[in-house]
Amino acid sequence: MSVPGNLLYTEEHEWVLVEEGTVLVGITDHAQGELGDIVDVQLFEVGVEFQKGQSIGTIDAVKATADLYAPVSGVIQEVNSDLPDGPDTLNQDPYGRGWIYRIRLTDPAEIDELMSPEDYEEHIDI
Amino acid sequence: MSAQATALHDRHLACGAKMVDFAGYRMPIQYGSIIEEHLLVRRLGGVFDVSHMGEFFVEGPGAEAFLDSVTVNHVASLAHGQVQYSAFMTPEGGIVDDLLVHRMDDTHFMLVVNASNRDKDWAWLQAHVGEGVTLKDRSDEFSLLALQGREAYQLVLRMADQDLKDLPYYWFREGSLGGIPLILARTGYTGERGFELYVKNERAGELWDLLMPALREGGMGPIGLGARDSLRLEMKYALYGNDIDGGTSTLEADLGWITKMKKGRPFLGLEVLQRQKAQGLQRKLVGFEVLGRGIARHGQDCLMDGLSIGQVTSGGHSPVLGKAIGMAYLALPHAVNGVEFEVDLGGRRCAARVVPTPFVQLEVPCR
Repeated sequence: MSVPGNLLYTEEHEWVLVEEGTVLVGITDHAQGELGDIVDVQLFEVGVEFQKGQSIGTIDAVKATADLYAPVSGVIQEVNSDLPDGPDTLNQDPYGRGWIYRIRLTDPAEIDELMSPEDYEEHIDI
Repeated sequence: MSAQATALHDRHLACGAKMVDFAGYRMPIQYGSIIEEHLLVRRLGGVFDVSHMGEFFVEGPGAEAFLDSVTVNHVASLAHGQVQYSAFMTPEGGIVDDLLVHRMDDTHFMLVVNASNRDKDWAWLQAHVGEGVTLKDRSDEFSLLALQGREAYQLVLRMADQDLKDLPYYWFREGSLGGIPLILARTGYTGERGFELYVKNERAGELWDLLMPALREGGMGPIGLGARDSLRLEMKYALYGNDIDGGTSTLEADLGWITKMKKGRPFLGLEVLQRQKAQGLQRKLVGFEVLGRGIARHGQDCLMDGLSIGQVTSGGHSPVLGKAIGMAYLALPHAVNGVEFEVDLGGRRCAARVVPTPFVQLEVPCR
């Protein structure tokens, strides 16, 4: 399972790429591996505001349905519109073409609460 | 207690299996993608290790009458070498387990039961058994390989030491493959043509090693329990613990076709079944498809005008149809094809419609 060193992570297996004033969010390689074949995603629309920890989408895999939890508080600025028609992208390229949201931060200090790659590796017990 | 390994455990690991604990056994849930394994079985075929299933042998002059008194189907109507799908029921009308009954001869039967119910079934049979019947739990002696799919079926025909091409669906024969003694049964849980091969544990690895190169050469391979679940769902085959349990009767479960109330012999559960038939059922197990987005899962509420009309018992993605399907007990007025309702997915609702089953029409039916 790959854990890129340039990303931050949550206990619920989301990754966060910090940009200028925004973050890109997706699910980790570990998460997609545990879920198995992903067959559908239901996502929020651009402009929706939410708090850290809230469910901001659901991911349907063959074995189970999982919530996507907001890693930080913010407003959805962009949604990966390729996902509803190609949800298996989340399996194939979770850190690349499988990005889910671009989020404008409402509380940038929350970035400091995310896990480092090392801590996440420990969390998933590699 | 830690989970028990099947005789093929190391071979699963060598094939890259992801293993899970299931009913006390370490079982392969998938080797790669569940969807690809599912579609491979529908297109060509594959092999499942289902050695966790239990095998009970019932013998003696009273065996037939005993089995007719504890199962809902008609055991006396079985010919030598024939198999019957059936169920054990409690006097209160719940299902103890569903099972296969194989008749070896006049006084000798093999029952195949769910791993998760093996101890319960055994205790239940012991509690009801009478004179002239011997019960043996030989589950720990046997492994079970299910070869399912049209090409897997052909492969068994080619490799078996006997000519089995005239063996009909739901019949079996005691024979061998590559000199390995087997019970070869034309049964399965996928809807496809195929065989289930009962083999002694000590020869199971050898059988796997003989079959696997031939399967690979035919573009086939091992299939995990994940695909087994989605394959059975497309056929609307009931899964114990999901769709049937101690609180459901065979009539409610749409298993009237195995419920032989007029077999001329009383059996456990008969009175409740007769009463349900006379008074009319309150609910029935139906198949549904999800109309919007989302996948319904076991235990979720079915709603109409905001009121509960039943519960989802199984739900998942159908790889063949490319949409979400499921099974649910619905209150009888609503358990009719075409009825639309909602499923509470947990915070969100999706629309669903009762549809005819099986969900998928197979190109080459199992018969």
